[in-house]
Parts: sequence; C-alpha cells; structure tokens
Amino acid sequence: MRRTLLAVLFFVALVAIWAALVHAKIWSPVLLPSPRSVMDYLTSAARDGTLFSASGVTLRRLLVGYFIGLAIGLPLGLLTASLTFAEDTIGVLALGLQTLPSVCWVPLALLWFGQTEGAMLFVVIMGTVWSVVIATDTGVRTISPIFARAARTMGSGPFHRWIYVILPASLPHLISGMKQGWAFAWRSLMAAEIYVTILTGFGLGHLLHYGRELNAMDQVIGIMLVIVVIGLLADKILFSPWERFLHRRWGTGRT
Amino acid sequence: MSLQEELQGPPPAKLVVDHVSKWFRQKRQNVHALDDVSLEVEEGEFIVIVGPSGCGKSTLLDIIAGLEKPDKGRVLADNQPVHGPGRHRLVMFQESALFPWLNTFGNVMFGLKLKPDLRNRERREVAKFFLRLVGLEKFMEANVHELSGGMKQRVALARALAPNPRVLLMDEPFAALDAMTREQLYGDIQQIWQKRRKTIIFVTHNVREAACLADRVVIMSPTPGRIREIFEVDLPRPRDFNSIEIARHASQLTAALKGYLAPEALSVE
Ligand SMILES: Nc1ncnc2c1ncn2[C@@H]1O[C@H](COP(=O)(O)OP(=O)(O)OP(=O)(O)O)[C@@H](O)[C@H]1O
Ligand SMILES: [Mg+2]
Repeated sequence: MRRTLLAVLFFVALVAIWAALVHAKIWSPVLLPSPRSVMDYLTSAARDGTLFSASGVTLRRLLVGYFIGLAIGLPLGLLTASLTFAEDTIGVLALGLQTLPSVCWVPLALLWFGQTEGAMLFVVIMGTVWSVVIATDTGVRTISPIFARAARTMGSGPFHRWIYVILPASLPHLISGMKQGWAFAWRSLMAAEIYVTILTGFGLGHLLHYGRELNAMDQVIGIMLVIVVIGLLADKILFSPWERFLHRRWGTGRT
Repeated sequence: MSLQEELQGPPPAKLVVDHVSKWFRQKRQNVHALDDVSLEVEEGEFIVIVGPSGCGKSTLLDIIAGLEKPDKGRVLADNQPVHGPGRHRLVMFQESALFPWLNTFGNVMFGLKLKPDLRNRERREVAKFFLRLVGLEKFMEANVHELSGGMKQRVALARALAPNPRVLLMDEPFAALDAMTREQLYGDIQQIWQKRRKTIIFVTHNVREAACLADRVVIMSPTPGRIREIFEVDLPRPRDFNSIEIARHASQLTAALKGYLAPEALSVE
C-alpha cells in the first residue's frame, strides 16, 4: 500500500514538474505542449476511435509476430544446444543476426513483401527469433548435467527428459530470452510503422509519424505515452507472473 | 497392484560386476579409472566402498547404474547384462540433485510418475509415506531452496526410495552434512534397509561410516582404480555409530587403507 502511494506520488510530481515547465514558458508551446493539451488529444482520439483501432492494429501485429517468433525460436534453440551441426550453422547465424539492429530488416522486408502486413510480420519475427534462439541455447547449455543423470536413473527416456527436465531446468533463461525477444519485437515494429506507410492498417507508429508531419506535438507525446504504457502492461501481464514464480521456486532475486 | 504390495515391492537384486575396466580418454592423457574390477553382491546386501579420492568409486557406481559403459567387462543385475539406466537401480548423488523447478512433493513424485502401473492416488500416497519416513511431511509444499542441506539430502533419499528400486546406489550421500544429522540418518538408513530389503552400495570417505553401515566393506586404491581388499563387518544391527566396536573396525579399515596408499599420499589423512 505504501509502495503504491509512493509510486503515485512520484508520477504526480513528474506531471507537476512538466506543467510547471510549460507554465514558465521557457520553450514555445508548439514544442512543449501542456499536460492538459496532451490529455485533450488522447481523449478526443479515444472518442473518435482512432486510438483504439491503432492500438489494436499494432498489438495484433506484435502478438502474432511474437508468437510465431517464439514458435520458431524455441525449437531452433533446443536444436542448436543439442546438435553440434546445428550449433555450427544455425547457432552462428543466430549469433550474427542477433547483433543486427532489427530496423535493418525493414528495407529488405519492403522489397520482398511490398507495403503489406507480411512485411510488418517479417520484421517483428526477425526481431524476436534470434534472441529467443540464443537464450534457449544458453539456457539448455547451462543446465547442470546432474539433473539429466538423476532423471535417467529414475527411468526417464529422451523425450520425457526434454519435456520434464531440460525445458523446466532452463526456464529462467527462457523467460529472460522471451522478455528480450519481446522488447526487440516491440522496437522493430515501431520502427517499421514509423517509416513504412502501409495500406492495410493504421498502427500507433503511423499516428506518431503523422503527428510529426502535422507538427502536432500533443499527438506525438500522447502516442509516446500510450506506447510506454502498453510496454509496461505487457511486461506486467506477460512476464511478471512467470518471474514471480521463478523467484519463489528457485529462490532467486528479492525475497 | 495394491498399495501394500507397492510398498513391500519385489525382492532385492543380486549384482555381479564382472572384470570391469574403464578408461577416460582426454586430450593430454588417458586416465585409467578402473582396472579389472570384480565384485559379487548378494541380494539384500549392504556394501560400502571406501577409498581415496580419484580411485574410481563414482565411476564404478555410474557403471553399475548404467550411466556409463565399461570399456571391458560387464555388469549383471539378476543375471541380465546392464545396458543402460533403469528404474530398478537408483542413484543418490553426492549433491542432492533435486529439481529446483519442483517442490518437495513434486521431486518425490518425479520417479513415481515414471512407474506405469500405479494410479495417481497411489503415487501420492507413496510419496507422502516416504516424506513421512524421512520426517519431512510438513515440508511437502516447500521449495527446494527453502530446505537446509540436511533436509535436501533427506528429500533426495525419499525420492530415491519412493519408486522402490531394488538396488540403491549412494555416492557419498551424507558428505555435506553435519555430524548430528548424519548420525540420525545412519539410523534411518539402517532401518529402511532392514524393513524394505534392498541391495545397497554406498560410497564414502568415512571409515567409521563404513563400519557402521556395511555387511562388507570394499577397499579400493587409485591409479588405476582397483579393489584391494574386502572386509566383513560382522556386528549385530542396529549399530551405534559411537560404539567401541565400530571404532575398532574403523581403525582396522584405516590401517588397511593406508597400506594401499602411495607413500607420497600418506600425509593427506
Ligand atoms: N567424465 C570424466 N572424464 C575424464 N576423467 C574422468 C571422468 N570421470 C572421472 N574421471 C577420472 O577417473 C578417475 C576416477 O574418478 P571418480 O570420480 O570415479 O573418483 P572417486 O573415487 O569417485 O573420487 P572422489 O572420492 O573424489 O569422488 C579420476 O582420476 C578422474 O579424474
Ligand atoms: Mg566420487
């Protein structure tokens, strides 16, 4: 209760400082709109529906791309961790491509897929897959071999071992890898939406883009806020329960 | 199968280690871990293996368990050659090797779930029975990291006993524990072994522990790992760890061990 109160106070103070700065008229209101005008933009955008439809479009792209990325990345990571051939090929590829900022996929995606949903998905998937592969790979590799040995003496066969020993044992790495994959996916999607006008759907990135075109600073800041809040919520909803479980079971982190 | 039958279980197994040799090939050198080791273990016998570090005790247990393959020779369990690990020969490792992603109960259930001919309700009953046996029924829901070292070893013991293996291979299971807990566990182990008739092979560095637990003590020496001598310990059970008799046997074992050590290693103990 006290923690929530302090957090609320902190954010209220932040907005107050912002309002004070606007009031002091150091910068022109075109560059720094007041909290009130940003609020006004957000409420009007919410009322005419653009905000929700744009968030919906963005989230759909993100979630679909992310889960496809996971579905590809997890098995690939298991593969690179267990076969030397896969390690020398896919493993090296993943390591290389992971260092590539995911925005760099945008030009290629446009040439391959044109101004379509496919291009967006492609960018998100490329942002997700490689970090998930790497995290799964390290997760599996760092498992103490004693777990697998103990399981074998209890009669656990290869398939059973993958499901009930290797995967849960690497869970801490998997979760942090999935989290990293999520962050990359989110970033690459925003980059793609800002730079690419796509006819099939109007996402948050596009709103940001048009905010700039129209010099509508209240829109730019409002949308940025929405993006931050969505990122925060995703973290709390998708990952926090898992992390709490990990802390409780493994006894890591704060107690 | 009824719960009662499940708790009684099949008879203990006879083990034969038949001229087993094992090398570990490394880049620099080959380690000759076991050299022509032969051992016959009767059904329901309690064998303790002692020997200095690196004499191949763990390797021998791994081979009996089927986790490692011998380069020469073979292992027979009930006259059947051992080709891989199997439920009937369970290993309790030096570290507890409990699974941190499961709670205490889940750890004990792991091996039971791999036994096909049990109903889930029976599995839970059996798991509870063994947690009660090691005195941890109050900690069923506890996470592994919330247990003390001794409690972890007791959970590991319950996990090893629950699937009712006919052979229990224990690799210095109590090395990391304090003396008090250890002595309590000696009592528990002897009781379990007597009540539930198992063949136990138990590795230790502690000669007193060996004298207290064993029917026969196998003394090994290193480079290459060999069996040098087998002592019978013919004392009534249950044995008291602190009795004079145990101390006398232990000093005999120590003397024998020192005799087989290379002169430069003598100062270690
Ligand atoms: N996986 C392995 N690879 C290479 N060498 C090994 C391996 N396992 C054991 N060895 C070697 O085999 C020899 C016997 O090892 P082992 O672990 O069986 O000894 P131990 O008697 O159990 O020793 P301790 O009492 O210290 O546990 C040692 O010299 C060790 O270096
Ligand atoms: Mg050892």
